[in-house]
Amino acid sequence: MRTQYAREPFLRRIWKSKVFYLFLLPYALVFFVFTVLPVLISLWNSFTYNNLLEPARFVGFDNYVRMFTQDASFVQALKNTFVIALVTGPVGYLLSLFLAWLINEMVRPLRTLFVLVFYAPTMSSAIYSIWGILFSSDEYGYINGFLMSLNLIDEPISWLLDEKYILGVVIICVIWTSMGAGFLSFVAGLRNIDRQYYEAASVDGIRNRWQELWFITLPMMKPQLMFGAIMSITSSFSVHEVTMVLAGFPSTNNAALTVVNHLYDYGYLRFELGYASAIATVLFLMMLGANKLVNMLLRRVGR
Amino acid sequence: MENRKIRRAVSGTLSTVSSGVRAFRRGSAWVRHKIRSAFGIQLNRRIFGEILNVVALGLFGLVFILPIVYTICNAFKPSDELFLFPPKLFPQRPTLENFSDLSALMGESWVPFSRYVFNTILITAAGTAAHVIFASMAAYVLGKYEFPGSKAFFAMVTAALMFSPIITSVPNMLIMSGLGWMDTYWAVIIPAIGQPLGLFLMKQFMETLPDSILEAALIDGARQPRIFFKIVMPAMKPAWLTLIIFSAQNLWNTGGNIGFYIRSEELKNLPYALNSILTGGVARAGAGSAVGLLLISVPIIIFILAQSNIIDTMTTSGMKE
Repeated sequence: MRTQYAREPFLRRIWKSKVFYLFLLPYALVFFVFTVLPVLISLWNSFTYNNLLEPARFVGFDNYVRMFTQDASFVQALKNTFVIALVTGPVGYLLSLFLAWLINEMVRPLRTLFVLVFYAPTMSSAIYSIWGILFSSDEYGYINGFLMSLNLIDEPISWLLDEKYILGVVIICVIWTSMGAGFLSFVAGLRNIDRQYYEAASVDGIRNRWQELWFITLPMMKPQLMFGAIMSITSSFSVHEVTMVLAGFPSTNNAALTVVNHLYDYGYLRFELGYASAIATVLFLMMLGANKLVNMLLRRVGR
Repeated sequence: MENRKIRRAVSGTLSTVSSGVRAFRRGSAWVRHKIRSAFGIQLNRRIFGEILNVVALGLFGLVFILPIVYTICNAFKPSDELFLFPPKLFPQRPTLENFSDLSALMGESWVPFSRYVFNTILITAAGTAAHVIFASMAAYVLGKYEFPGSKAFFAMVTAALMFSPIITSVPNMLIMSGLGWMDTYWAVIIPAIGQPLGLFLMKQFMETLPDSILEAALIDGARQPRIFFKIVMPAMKPAWLTLIIFSAQNLWNTGGNIGFYIRSEELKNLPYALNSILTGGVARAGAGSAVGLLLISVPIIIFILAQSNIIDTMTTSGMKE
């Protein structure tokens, strides 16, 4: 709603909006103190050496240089994070879009049931330690027990200790919980498209569901696609609890170390706040970059 | 004679058969039409394909919830069944002993199990309530009015959606210790208020509220707080139910990155208790599953209750370029 005084002088407009500022204040205060301020502090800190005991000292780009040249486990963590993000991000995103699309045309009770089934793992993300038992390294682990009873393997595989398998198990577990807010947004966006568009398009010669999808459905739900992409990029780059719970910390040869795990290590356990902030800044730039890239890709949908 | 008889009989049979086929075709067209309308099958779709879809999706869904089913089943297994080889999914002799074992098991550690439950409920309830109220207030003025700085502020919140709160955990530790909030409930409850997702969804949904209602109330001389609580909030029910779900789910499962801010054992939450139980390996699978069942049932029940409201809200969740 446009306020009537939009043409008045700036200061008077501020004064007349005082009620609005009061409404905004509690949220804005918390948002500034715990989101905006920390980003700024983190940026500044990343150029310092700060261990909480001595006063912080400015070191320029030393932290960043150290990260890429002297810290082999950071490079490993970066590699693991990219592998996890590049697999779970797109797979989770496309899977949730695909499932939402299949669910969309079902009758109501079925649709509700399927939404619940696919969203339930996200709500139960606290129980991924259960996957630790499924993939337990002895023959009591369900996966091992199952494979052994089919005679596919002779002796149990150490899924969570053998560096060949750790990352794979983590990826399966992350995909399992990746039907997040984006999935619900897709379900809602699809429901919102008027059937008339499809009827009109059918007259214009659109013959099957794939053509409908590309030429009508996807272009019409671009805003939801964008929202879903942001949600999935944010979560796939910040995987950390799953790896700690499943593979332990530290994991075998750092096979499951992610950037956030590394950040936790330096920030919370070693108190090297400057270095940890530099790690956080790199991660921040990675997420923003990925968002920009996906944004560019999504603009080409339906063309 | 004979020939003609046979021919007539044959043609008679043929015509009966063909009219039967026609009737069957008409009938099956009618049946198909009924199936299509009953199941809402649209243009450009085949019935067989749709049935195949449901079956395939059902099978995939089963695989998807297998770990949850497994958790539920294990919670009711007596301990000897947990060690069966090969393992069985469903309990043969269901029991509640895993739940009664919990208090005994946690009795060994020096924080009683009920304390973890209490912490989780407190953090979730307080954080969610504060978030829903303050984010809705902010969303109301950002969604319905224009004032200096309103657009810029919302742009910042949208940008904050693009990185996870993990990024800010290290400086937040400094801020928390500056405020003296390290190792207190405040460190996880207060930041929950400023979560960007809730404000974003609420503001987008707020824009669907017709201006005319607000104008009418303003002309009647109602003040903003009254308008907000008496008119806006009742109309925004689907949206704040959605906010409750997302916020509660996040706080219930992660405790708002509790690992960074809380060191004392007696302030930690259920997921932490679950992880420490499960480090005991398969031996603790029964008790662990009992905790797991407790953990997943709350968000799932809330979701089932508010399900249709979420879909209404998420319709407006889109991100405009």
